[in-house]
Amino acid sequence: MNGIAFLIPIALLLGLGGLGAFFWALRRGQFEDLDGAAARILIDDEDDSAA
Amino acid sequence: MTAPARRPDHGTTVSTVLVVPGMHCAGCMAKVERGLSALPGVASARVNLTARQVQVEHEPQLGIPALIEALSLAGFASQPRGQELEAPPSAVKPLLAPLAVAAFACMNVMLLSVSIWSGANGTTRDLFHWISAAIGVPAIAYAGRPFFVSAWGAVRRWSTNMDVPISIGVILATGLSLWETVNHGEEAWFDGTLMLLLFLLAGRALDAAMRDRARAGVDALLRQAAPGAMVVTPGGGLDWLPASDLVPGMTMRVAAGERLAADGEILSGASRFDQSLLTGESAPVLAGTGDAVLAGTLNLESPVDVRVGAAGQGTTLAEIARLMDAAGQHRSAYVRIADRASRLYAPAVHTLAALTFAGWMIAGAGLHQSLVYGIAVLIITCPCALGLAVPVAQVVACGALMKRGIMVKDGSALERLATVDRALLDKTGTLTMGRPLPDPAVIEALPPEGAAVALGLASHSRHPLSRALVEVLAARGIVPAALEQVREEAGTGIAALWNGKAVALRRPEGAATMATLLDIAGAPAWLIPFADRMRPGSSDALARMRALGIEPALLSGDNAAAVAEAARATGLNGRGEASPADKQAAIARLQAEGHKVLMAGDGLNDGPALAAADASIAPGTASDVGRQAADVVFLGDGLDAIPRAVVAARRTMRVVRQNFALAIGYNLLAVPLAMGGLVTPLLAAAAMSASSLVVIANSLRLAGAAR
Repeated sequence: MNGIAFLIPIALLLGLGGLGAFFWALRRGQFEDLDGAAARILIDDEDDSAA
Repeated sequence: MTAPARRPDHGTTVSTVLVVPGMHCAGCMAKVERGLSALPGVASARVNLTARQVQVEHEPQLGIPALIEALSLAGFASQPRGQELEAPPSAVKPLLAPLAVAAFACMNVMLLSVSIWSGANGTTRDLFHWISAAIGVPAIAYAGRPFFVSAWGAVRRWSTNMDVPISIGVILATGLSLWETVNHGEEAWFDGTLMLLLFLLAGRALDAAMRDRARAGVDALLRQAAPGAMVVTPGGGLDWLPASDLVPGMTMRVAAGERLAADGEILSGASRFDQSLLTGESAPVLAGTGDAVLAGTLNLESPVDVRVGAAGQGTTLAEIARLMDAAGQHRSAYVRIADRASRLYAPAVHTLAALTFAGWMIAGAGLHQSLVYGIAVLIITCPCALGLAVPVAQVVACGALMKRGIMVKDGSALERLATVDRALLDKTGTLTMGRPLPDPAVIEALPPEGAAVALGLASHSRHPLSRALVEVLAARGIVPAALEQVREEAGTGIAALWNGKAVALRRPEGAATMATLLDIAGAPAWLIPFADRMRPGSSDALARMRALGIEPALLSGDNAAAVAEAARATGLNGRGEASPADKQAAIARLQAEGHKVLMAGDGLNDGPALAAADASIAPGTASDVGRQAADVVFLGDGLDAIPRAVVAARRTMRVVRQNFALAIGYNLLAVPLAMGGLVTPLLAAAAMSASSLVVIANSLRLAGAAR
């Protein structure tokens, strides 16, 4: 019974954390350009000084 | 990027969005972003590849022309984004958050439910029920909103849709579960309710994703052809203006290969004009000074100055747009198969639930127990698999079609496409390529060095005939000859030196048809005639359509002789000289006879017919109006896209019907159990996921539907 008292809040917090992260990403517009995100990783930016 | 150096200016930058249709890969993105960032005054540039747009933060004094210039140096054509080109709001995005909430809540509540099913009781069960309620009730309220809103809209109009039984079931189940929780009951249904919402939202999101994806493809095509014109300014300079800003009295300079953005009268110059997009007429029309020319026609030969007579709403286009508006209303009366199913389904479910409740009351089970059984019937029959049956099948089929270059705009297009039994095809641009192509016999006969010289010359010109020649010769693997001193003279041709010999591609003197003359000093000249040609595989495609039980016929705005010739070549019945209104009338006549009509067309003149037909398909080369009005747009040259799309649509409908049968079969098994009061939350959860998985698996068989 004591174990449950820890484990349930932990499980819920982890889940809420994931949900929060998803909402954060959604609000930051990370799902706006899925094709671009997939292609962006292939850009060679050797000559870029700072982002 | 170089943003840090310009940070102090941050507050003063403005944001401009440019449409760059030519971007398609990581390399393009990098070139565009670097090309723009290198400009002094640009703070940042960020590409959105999905929308083919780049958002530039720059200082206000840096004008849009400078940005466009920088992009053209990087090798990309671009245009500022007009109001009408703004991306339409995504249909998926509003569903993502409810979907995430439902998934989170469903998983957590299911975890608690498993322990209850495995025998937790007493205080533990109560505690778990309370935690489930704390997670479930807000989650249901939030994730169920799309259904509640839609159901409320239907109920207010005294009609019903799929969302009404869903909403009633969800609300009653949540209420019952809360009551059970408060009264230390044995069974709460939060898990099942959340799972139901999760599956249904997944179906909705899939349906929306399909619409978004196809629409993005069509929008990208539309953006490529944003109409506008180079206008001669009072100072004698040239300025590019979008079509909406053209005013009668302005002078447009229309280069060879450009489309007119407005109706008008030729001030100077003479050229041939291809009116096929507007009228279906295939023979180019010769027009000189003082002649009237129409918006949407293609200037084939030499640059002309045109005084704008009517622009925007005043053009021939406006009349066509009016016809289309009227036609589109007819189609919106179509009721999707899922809604038709729910019209039968919802009353049946509600009757069964009410009967169960009444039956147990009469049998003396008591109010509470009877209510529990009645609600169990509602939950078990909630159209979970039914909600997935249609969208999953359609999404899989559309994905398969898209890989074949066939873009279906939405699921209802597939449903309508599956029913057609008559097809009307436009001639110019649909049955034929809609652009002049060189005579294959002459191309075959050209000596190799002649072909090399012709390719070398033609590659220096943007003239439509030269472009066609380049395409055909390059496809034959011919390497262009090295030329010197290439000069293009507008209206006459291109000349150059090849190994010291004068060579030229010229307009033949007094030729009645479209042709070009390949002239190599010291050798006989070659006359290369050009004509519009049938799309490859047309006869096969027409034969396949007949085999599918779809009787094709020609319906064209072209002159009767040209239509008769095409009709002879394809063995179709043909009708020529049909105005946009005639085409609409022909479709209405067939529909009145009880036929379902598929319209295939590309031109502006086909727009009203495309909108009026039961289903419509347009090639990717079609006019903006054609692509917008059509349900299906196919890329590539072959006409075989039409039978392929119909076959895929019919297979999809077959799978949808199988899915319905599976979903209803599951109900036939589960409902008697529920009515008998034998269904527990565990059984409901298991049955619900099993039936959904079966429906999804069955739909995945459509992955090869477009073969």
